[in-house]
Amino acid sequence: MRLPLPIPAPRVNGDNQETPQEDDAVKFIWFNLMPWPYLPDDFREKNRSVWVDIDQRLFDPAKSHEVYNTYMDLLEYADTLGFDGVGVNEHHQNGYGIMPSPNLIAAGLARRTKNAAIVVLGNSIALYNPPVRVAEEFAMLDCISGGRLVAGFPVGTSMDTNYCYGQIPALTREKYAEAHDLIIKAWTTREPFAFNGRYNKLRHVNIWPRPIQQPHPPVHIPGGGSVETYDFCIDNTYSYSYLSFTGYIRAKALLQGYWDRVAARDAPDASPYRAGFAQTICVAETDEEAERLYAKHLNYFYNRCLHVYPGFADAPGYRTIKTIQSGALSQYAPPKGFGELTWKDLTEGGHVIAGSPETVRQRMEELIKGLNVGHIFCLMHVGDMPADKCMYSSRLFAEKVMPKLRGVLPQCEGDERFWCHPLERRATPGSLPAEYARATEPA
Amino acid sequence: MALQSKTIATRHAEVRYLEGGEGQPLLYLHGAGGMTAEDPILAALAARWHVIAPFLPGYGETEECGSLRDMLDFTLHTADVAAALGLEDPLIVGHSMGGMIAAEMAAIAPGDVSRLALICPAGLWLDDHPIPDVFTLLPYEMPGYLFHDPEAGASLMTAGLKMDDPEFLKTYLIRNARQMGMAGKILFPIPERGLADRLYRIKAKTVVVWGESDRLIPPVYGPAFAAGIAGATLVSIPEAGHMVILEKPAEVVAAVASLN
Repeated sequence: MRLPLPIPAPRVNGDNQETPQEDDAVKFIWFNLMPWPYLPDDFREKNRSVWVDIDQRLFDPAKSHEVYNTYMDLLEYADTLGFDGVGVNEHHQNGYGIMPSPNLIAAGLARRTKNAAIVVLGNSIALYNPPVRVAEEFAMLDCISGGRLVAGFPVGTSMDTNYCYGQIPALTREKYAEAHDLIIKAWTTREPFAFNGRYNKLRHVNIWPRPIQQPHPPVHIPGGGSVETYDFCIDNTYSYSYLSFTGYIRAKALLQGYWDRVAARDAPDASPYRAGFAQTICVAETDEEAERLYAKHLNYFYNRCLHVYPGFADAPGYRTIKTIQSGALSQYAPPKGFGELTWKDLTEGGHVIAGSPETVRQRMEELIKGLNVGHIFCLMHVGDMPADKCMYSSRLFAEKVMPKLRGVLPQCEGDERFWCHPLERRATPGSLPAEYARATEPA
Repeated sequence: MALQSKTIATRHAEVRYLEGGEGQPLLYLHGAGGMTAEDPILAALAARWHVIAPFLPGYGETEECGSLRDMLDFTLHTADVAAALGLEDPLIVGHSMGGMIAAEMAAIAPGDVSRLALICPAGLWLDDHPIPDVFTLLPYEMPGYLFHDPEAGASLMTAGLKMDDPEFLKTYLIRNARQMGMAGKILFPIPERGLADRLYRIKAKTVVVWGESDRLIPPVYGPAFAAGIAGATLVSIPEAGHMVILEKPAEVVAAVASLN
């Protein structure tokens, strides 16, 4: 298809010492869920779930070759546009997220991006045996990227953690907490140590390599309204990320709950960097063009990709009784009848922020100020959107929207606790000469 | 005669239990769906035995217990309850999850258990006969798996429940999460924790009872249990599903009575 704006060649940035944005600015992380773009039109009619027991035959490995490489190209393109970070996450047996190992994608990005933070949001640490594996892989990512890692530790959805990976729901949080303690200790202890956990018995913990960032990379915790997760973030100075697909209007109550908790637990501040939020965003020259270009892809995502069998939603025991009693869940459950959502529903309901740069700017400002969030996970690739539209939308956002939003939360100023701190001088991947005539030091 | 609700403390938890009837002591262990004082099986058993039926922590009105994590914890906890109540070698009757715990108790301490009734117990896994994932079932799907007659079963399950009252529904959902969350520690994601390797230790005179229309744990598991326990007898009850204790309580009691 032809687009009104030509897609420019990626900006060549010869200065590999440039560091990511560290000024008083809202951070924008370009995020790709990596949806499978070939779910059939009658997917919902013929399948009970996009997740857990999705039909094997709908995945085509040969087609995935193109899909994966395009998706990674788009993440790399986002770096050239000046996004503060590029984001990846972990899902299993899932038609809207073909990224069971985000670390593999992040490893590619660590090489092929220059400035963006590598935001892995994250590794479901209760799933790895032993979780030292996560400490090691994140350390490798931090070393390869020159200290650009932002480390995410989700508990993991019930679909991923319990139904796909078989963790016992009522023990998942205890195992998660132990995995967290082990990883942080492995990152920060400079002597071999013994770890006698309930789920991990390790006589010699001594990770090698360890991360560049000290005492350890910043930690972001994706959550879905559990009181325990709020407290965990507040107590450890981690950023709480709410990764919903239902948009900022519906997120108000949940994030208000978080900020209330921040106040109630006497946190030293309410820095917007204590929180992050995922928002689907589509930008075009005009509102009309946005609808014309993007409506079908939003329809694909919201009405096809989110078709999850309700029996997989929350294994009993996965949520604590305290969280269920808080009444949060009923409000945050996906509204019934996702299948009926139209362009009008999605944009007016705030699931999606879409339109001209000015329309998007206004609504993003409302989002950022309304939720008091310093990290925006920009879901710029949606459903079965082809690369050209995604690049067009991303570039308009980066050039015409992002600069006007950076300063809307001046209280971010000087707060470096929640973002990565890359090396000043970083290597240039792929800069060896094609070949050497001879080795400089004969054997 | 209604059973009375009482409480006793073990090292790990305050344990609520139902008690009623006279005669020899009978320890009844409920299934993953829980138990109420009005359950017909309890009244039927209490007509003949001194019934003691403890709630697993998290069931009924009780709090879940974080220090019970695995099969051994559940087994020893139940033995602790029996000991705290001063029960010596009671007849042990377990339904479904309760049958799994009862079988483990008899396998771990074969000298302490001389009579055992397992009513469509969980605890074995046959690759050719996978048990449906009860944790993914939606409430409306349950009766089809649990009852010989799903329609009648559905009304048995929801009798007296105000399912369209949001407040009631919230309480119901919380209770379900608490109960099934505890059950998940020994039943999720596959209700098998190595019992097959321990069945040989059981010395108790054992009866295995199965509803012929059980669609949750198919009746083929009956012979598997019976074959693993020396001298066990198998009783099949027609026109009954997994909730044979609701559909055919008299027949279940008759099978249990065969142990006397």
